[in-house]
Amino acid sequence: MWGYYVALAWRSSARSKALTALVIALLAFGVSACMVSYAVFRATTSDPIPAKSSRLYVPQIDSFGPTINWNGSEPSPVLSYTDAIALYQARKASRQTLLYPATWQMESDNRLIPAMPLSGDAVTADFFPMFDVPFRFGGGWTPTDDTQHASVVVISRRLNDKLFGGQNSVGLEIRLDGKIFRIGGVLDDWNPKPRFFDIASLDIPGIFSDTGDIYIPFTRAIDMKKGTKYDLCPSYSTDLGISDWDKYLRSECVWIDAWVELVTPSDVERYREFLRNYAEEQRRNGRFSWAPNIRLRNLMAWMAHEHVTPKASNLSMLVSASFLLIVMVNVVGLMLARFMRRAPEIGIRRALGASRAAVYRQLLIEGAALGCVGGILGVALTLLGLRGAGALFEPSIARIVHADASLIVLTVLLAMAATVISALYPTWRAAKIQPAWQIKINS
Amino acid sequence: MALIRTWMQLRPIVAALGRHKVATVLIVLQVALTLAVASNALFIVATRFIHLSRPTGTDEAHIFIIRNEWKNGQNAAQIDTNIRTDLAALRQVPGVRDAFSSEAYPLEGGGGIPLGLKLKPDQKTRPKLSIAYAADEHAIDTLGISLAAGRNFRPEEITAIGPYDKMSPPGIIITRSAANKLFPDGSALGRTVYLPAGPATIIGILASLQGSYADSSVRSIDEDSVLIPARYLDPEGVVYLVRTDATAMKPVIAAALKALQERGAVRLIDPKEGVITLLQARERDYATDRSVALLMSILSGLLLMATAGGIVGLSSFWVSQRRKQIGIRRSLGATTGDILRYFHAENFLIVGGGIVLGVLLAFLANLGLMHVYELPRMPPYVLPLGALLLWLLGQVAVWGPARYAAKVPPVVAIRTE
Repeated sequence: MWGYYVALAWRSSARSKALTALVIALLAFGVSACMVSYAVFRATTSDPIPAKSSRLYVPQIDSFGPTINWNGSEPSPVLSYTDAIALYQARKASRQTLLYPATWQMESDNRLIPAMPLSGDAVTADFFPMFDVPFRFGGGWTPTDDTQHASVVVISRRLNDKLFGGQNSVGLEIRLDGKIFRIGGVLDDWNPKPRFFDIASLDIPGIFSDTGDIYIPFTRAIDMKKGTKYDLCPSYSTDLGISDWDKYLRSECVWIDAWVELVTPSDVERYREFLRNYAEEQRRNGRFSWAPNIRLRNLMAWMAHEHVTPKASNLSMLVSASFLLIVMVNVVGLMLARFMRRAPEIGIRRALGASRAAVYRQLLIEGAALGCVGGILGVALTLLGLRGAGALFEPSIARIVHADASLIVLTVLLAMAATVISALYPTWRAAKIQPAWQIKINS
Repeated sequence: MALIRTWMQLRPIVAALGRHKVATVLIVLQVALTLAVASNALFIVATRFIHLSRPTGTDEAHIFIIRNEWKNGQNAAQIDTNIRTDLAALRQVPGVRDAFSSEAYPLEGGGGIPLGLKLKPDQKTRPKLSIAYAADEHAIDTLGISLAAGRNFRPEEITAIGPYDKMSPPGIIITRSAANKLFPDGSALGRTVYLPAGPATIIGILASLQGSYADSSVRSIDEDSVLIPARYLDPEGVVYLVRTDATAMKPVIAAALKALQERGAVRLIDPKEGVITLLQARERDYATDRSVALLMSILSGLLLMATAGGIVGLSSFWVSQRRKQIGIRRSLGATTGDILRYFHAENFLIVGGGIVLGVLLAFLANLGLMHVYELPRMPPYVLPLGALLLWLLGQVAVWGPARYAAKVPPVVAIRTE
């Protein structure tokens, strides 16, 4: 029966070629616009670390106060050195790390590779187990290394390939900013998109860039007076008295990302309580003159809050969804025309004993078949559109957008669903056709 | 005459539409949605386009930037010597017109020094925020900007300062935009403002110069830049801004790098990202805006095409349904022109209905977007423009079906199909 209905649909399409082509083309364009936007949206909002994301939290403490905060009552996304160290030393979470992105001048014993500036992050020991960072050789460092300000470095696989031809380089040395560092581990391929741990520090295209090549202990980086470009200070109009690195550390300038791993909801509640008490304590000490203003968001909430998804992606998602809606309104009209034109045929079918349900089935299958063809054309257009993503989106974002089987299946399904929904009303109208009347006027 | 005849036809048209309620409603709805979405999308295109075509105020086509990092272990005095020697060398390179050193450049997307300017030392209200560039007496010529009033720095005013040093120059140069915000009465030249570390006199006013942050349409400080007479001794590195005589910059860049390479042991210049022209920086900095504008234009184009296609499809269907009626009208004396006008008028009415609804939807959509994306309010002229566009689109789309209708011969009236 299904095959017969599809054959009927084919025959009726052959009779009104232009109308059919119009429906299919509209669907293909509407669906592919949605799918291209969705592919970009999916790539920029996907969970970068699905196994852990619900356990990773970002603590925020308002150290500026209501008169200085730029963003309403929202505390700054990064912490001052004072607060970061206090949270780190309290050890109230099962794991915690402080980190900030920085750039080092790297030299090695490999004469063929000239000295070069390389970026990476200053992190603490928990960084590697916390973020499930994969190692190819060796591993991270221990909390003891952190407290001893050890000169140990973890390098990326990319850098290891470049310097040591991909050999196990653990135990070898490189120089960072002229200081000798022992290689403790070499990462395997690890390139989460976005670079979620640096979201607060980097700008929007930057967080979709590749991860860095260098990871060294946070304490060692502080010893090296390694600052970051991405800091915020409470005032740019008064003299903050920052005359050297130590004064900078003690200042209220914020620049450090903090992450904690909290397993159960009660852990989260307890940590929130701890943050509140800490801020309250700072108020009692006279450092803050405002009520505790803290936040504790998990990774996905954090990404949403920091507006990781590029504006272009959000807007195009919105506009292409409206486009599909308009296409659907359009298809309702065209399907209505298509079915009404066939009123005599439907009347005769009804008169020969076809039930209303049979007419429903026939016309909805016809709609689905049209939608399927539109969807297949839509897949082609989507693939074409994704190929053009490089011209439409920033390079760092265009690179992470890709088509896969699920996108293709979804394209066809969306097209079929859109047509069937659009065909509902026209089908209802067609099924209401009075058999006798149709036969009479056509006699 | 034709207009009057069209007008006379309106009543039967409306009556006929009453018999095709659903189809009419569908076109009205489609036109309304199209107007709402397309006007907002095209408005976004316009705002992005205005944003990304803002001038920096500089001679962009002739400027390139070298990001120079210092090898480790050099003290402030060594870096100061490096910068002086480098600048002297750069200014000697054939094809180079002028050069100066700073910590940031226009269109960099960051890097500038945020600087609050107070009118009184003990000012309680939030001070005017501006973005400062370290500059010397060559900065104005290098950037290709012009002094609207006052004077340039003198060589002896330029001091070397490190990242932790207090910045308290006796005189600064600010843009006209910053001057007008500080002193709305236009008396900025010669007045004193207070930097974090002390007072400074405004010795010059620039016609315009964009700050190094240019990534947002709502930032109000992009034009409020300040030149500080300083060689900025950041141990990490420095940027050299170089202005060339000709627009062909490749040979000059190569020569400039070669000149710096003579003292290559003190520095690192990234082979890939170390040199950028201001035009490349513009492209990079406005990539997001271009991306939004392009996407919205493409989607709007598709949208309008889809709507036109829908109108063609439904109108053709109507024509085919009414062949008999058209034949009767023709037999009773209606000319082909009458039939043509009938369909055009009908389309005009339907699209008009859609526009009325669409204006309302567009307005609501704009309110929503203002809330979510910090978009400005749509100026009132956008909607009439959109309405005109859709009316035209409707008329063009219905032209084919209407012509087809006009060709229906009168004899159809008496023929049974």
